[in-house]
Amino acid sequence: MNAVTQAAGETAHVTQAASGAEVLLRCLRDQGVEVIFGYPGGAVLPIYDALFQQSDIRHILVRHEQAAVHAAEGYARSTGRVGVVLVTSGPGATNAVTGLLDALMDSIPLVCLTGQVPTHLIGNDAFQEADTTGITRQATKHNYLVKRSEDLARTVHDAFYVARTGRPGPVVVDLPKNILIAPAAYEPAGSKPHRSYRPVTQPDPAAICRAVRALKGARRPMVYAGGGVINAGPEASRLLGELVRLGNLPCTNTLMGLGAYPASDPNFLGMLGMHGTYEANMAMHGCDVLFNIGARFDDRVTGRLSAFSPDSFKIHGDIDPSNIDKNVAVDVPIVGDAGAILRAMIAAWHAEPAPQNSGALAGWWREIAAWRAVNSLGFTQDMSPDAVIKPQYAVQRLHDLCKLSMRDTFISTEVGQHQMWAAQHFHFDRPNRWMTSGGLGTMGYGLPAAAGVQVAHPDALVIDIAGEASILMNIQEMGTLAQYRLPVKIFILNNEYMGMVRQWQELLHGSRYSESYSAALPDFVKLAESFHAHGLRARNLGELDGVIEQMLAIDGPVIADICVDRAENCYPMIPSGAAHNEMILGPENAGRTASITDEGLMLV
Amino acid sequence: MSDAAQSLRSATISVLVDNESGVLARVIGLFSGRGYNIDSLTVAAVDQDRTRSRINVVTSGTEMVIGQIKAQLDRLVPVYRVADLSKDGPHVAREMALIKVVGGGEARSESLRIADAFRARVVDTTTGSFVFELTGSIEKIDAFIELLRPLGLAEVSRTGIAAIARGVGTL
Repeated sequence: MNAVTQAAGETAHVTQAASGAEVLLRCLRDQGVEVIFGYPGGAVLPIYDALFQQSDIRHILVRHEQAAVHAAEGYARSTGRVGVVLVTSGPGATNAVTGLLDALMDSIPLVCLTGQVPTHLIGNDAFQEADTTGITRQATKHNYLVKRSEDLARTVHDAFYVARTGRPGPVVVDLPKNILIAPAAYEPAGSKPHRSYRPVTQPDPAAICRAVRALKGARRPMVYAGGGVINAGPEASRLLGELVRLGNLPCTNTLMGLGAYPASDPNFLGMLGMHGTYEANMAMHGCDVLFNIGARFDDRVTGRLSAFSPDSFKIHGDIDPSNIDKNVAVDVPIVGDAGAILRAMIAAWHAEPAPQNSGALAGWWREIAAWRAVNSLGFTQDMSPDAVIKPQYAVQRLHDLCKLSMRDTFISTEVGQHQMWAAQHFHFDRPNRWMTSGGLGTMGYGLPAAAGVQVAHPDALVIDIAGEASILMNIQEMGTLAQYRLPVKIFILNNEYMGMVRQWQELLHGSRYSESYSAALPDFVKLAESFHAHGLRARNLGELDGVIEQMLAIDGPVIADICVDRAENCYPMIPSGAAHNEMILGPENAGRTASITDEGLMLV
Repeated sequence: MSDAAQSLRSATISVLVDNESGVLARVIGLFSGRGYNIDSLTVAAVDQDRTRSRINVVTSGTEMVIGQIKAQLDRLVPVYRVADLSKDGPHVAREMALIKVVGGGEARSESLRIADAFRARVVDTTTGSFVFELTGSIEKIDAFIELLRPLGLAEVSRTGIAAIARGVGTL
C-alpha cells in the first residue's frame, strides 16, 4: 500500500470508527433522551454493550417488554417528552405490540427500538426472527426497518420527529444486528425537513372566526375537551381555561382529557360519556353549540350516534384531519394544534364585536345546576367502622388525603370499574397528572406506567389505582420498583371480581357471572413483601384512612389491598346503544337495561 | 343527513408516495383494517430516480367514507399528496387487459371481428386461440369481455386503472 492510499484509509477509519450502536446512542442523546425502558436479548446486545460504556442515558430494566412500553408511555404522558423503548427481536418485539397499540390509540409519543436478525438472515425464519415491521404496521404511527448503515442516523431522527409532531404516536425502528455492529455514519438532527410528513399545526383563520361567532352567539354552549389539549402541552390547558372563563362556558373533559380543565373549577361539569356525570352528558345532549377541542367523538363518549347532541352546531378542532367527520359530521372543522387553535379563538373572541346572550347563558347554567343537583356520582357509604368499604369512598378518601399531603400527585390506573371510579372521584386540577389506558383499554397498564412516571418524577407521589384482576397482568413489575427503589403506591380496589365484566354480566346477561370471579387470588400483603415492598390491607371502613395514611408515609413501594364491596356497580352509566339523555343513574333504575336492543347488546 | 350524503359513489383516488418498502402494504392495510373497498389498485414508480410512486385506487363509499379514506391516506407518513380525481374535476382513467379466447370455427372469426370493432390488438395467436390486448375505460373492457364470453373466453388479466386529471393541473 502506498502512502496516499494508506492516509485515505486512515481518515476513513477515523470517521467510521463508531459502530451502529454507538451512532444510535449519539442520535438518542441529540434527541434529548435521558431514559430508556428496555429488556436485553441477543439481537440488541451491541446496543446494551454501548449503553454499558456511557453514562448519559439511563436504562430501566423492566420484567416484560409490554411493561417497557407502558412505562415509556407513563414517562411520556407525565413529561410531554418522547418515551423510548428498547427490546430485542422476535418475542421482545411481539411482547411490545400491545403497548404500541395502546400508545397509538391514546396518541402517546414513543420511539421503540427493536432488535432484528442480521439483514442476510431476514426472511429465513432465523432464531428469534419476527416480521416486526409487518406485525407493528397497524400498531404504530409509522415504522422503519434500517437495512443500510448510512440510513441509521437519519432514520432515528426521523422516528423522533414523526413520534412527536402532528398527532403524536409510537414509532418502531427495527435494527438488524449487523447494522448495530458495522460502522455507521453519524448525522445530526434536523439537518433537513421531512420529505413527506409535515402536519398542519396553525388553524385556518376563517374557520376560527366562524367558530367564535357561533360559540359567542350560542344560547346553550358546551366545551368538550380531550387528550389533544394535554398533548399540546400545559400552555394549551391554560388557554382552555382562559377561553372557558372568558365566555363563562360549561366545560367537560374526556377520560383522556382529565386535568386539561381544573376539576375544582365551577365551570367544570366532570367527565362525559358512558360513565360520565349526568350534567356533562345532559349538557352535551341539550347544547346548541358544541366546541370539541382535541377529542375524537369516541363511541364511549357519543353513545348512540343518531341521538348524539342532536340540536347542536358542531365545531371540531383537531390536529388529525382524519378525526374530523369520522364518527360525527361537523359544521366547522378546524385542523391544527389544540394550543394554537385555543390561542386563535381567544384572540378572535376579543375581536368579535357581538356580545354574548347573557340572558340565555344564565338560563343554560340554571338548567345545568338542576342536572348537577341530581348528584349522579352519589353513593351510600355506611359510616360504621366495621362497614364494608365502598370503592368510590376509598377513591374519595385517597384523593382527600393526597391533597392534604400537598405533594405533587400522579395517578395511573389499570382498566375496569376502578378506572372509572378513579376518573369520577379523583379530581385533577392540572394536566399530565392522569395516566390511563383510554382507547385500547389495556389491563396491566397502570403499574408499569406508574413506574415510568416515578422515574421521570422521583420526588412525586405516584399511585396506581388498580383492580385485583388487572394488577396481576403486569405484577412482575414489582421487581422493577424494587430494583430502582421507585416508591410507587399500588392502591387495589379489591372486589374479587373482574368488576366491569361482572357489572355487564349482571346488567346485560342475566347475572350469569361467567369466568369473572377472581378465584385463587394471591395474598397481596405477602406478595408485596416478597418483592421487597410494603403490604397493607384495609378490611373495613375503620381501617381505610389508617392504611392510606400509612401508605403515603412509607418511603418505598407499597401495595395497599383495599377490600371493597363486591357487588358495587359503576354508575351513572349510558347503556350500550343508548343516548346521553338515557342514562342509568343507579341501581334503582338499572332495570332499564332490560330494554337494550340486540343492536345495543352487540356493542362492546 | 341528506340522501346524497348517504348514497354510495365510486371514487378514483390517486396517491403520491415515497417509494419505500412497505408503503403499498400500509395503503392496503389501511383499506382492509378499516373495512374500505378496493375495486382496483395500481402502483408504479413515476419519477426518474424512482423515489416516488403513484398509487391509483378505485373505491366506493358514502361521501363521508370517501372523505375519511382521503384523510386516512393523507396522514400516512410516506404520503406526499392525495387527490380524489372523480371529485376534483374531469379526469382520464384507463386500464389495459389481456384476454384469451380458445376455440375455432365461427366463434373464432366472430371474436376477431369484435376485437376489431373495439380496436383490440391481437398479441398472440395459435390455431386454437387468440390473446387480445385492449386499453380503455373499465366499462369498455367489461363490455368487450361480456361479448367474448359466449365465444370461447378462457382467461382474463387486467392491470387495474391508471388515472390522471385533465387539463394543466398536476397531483
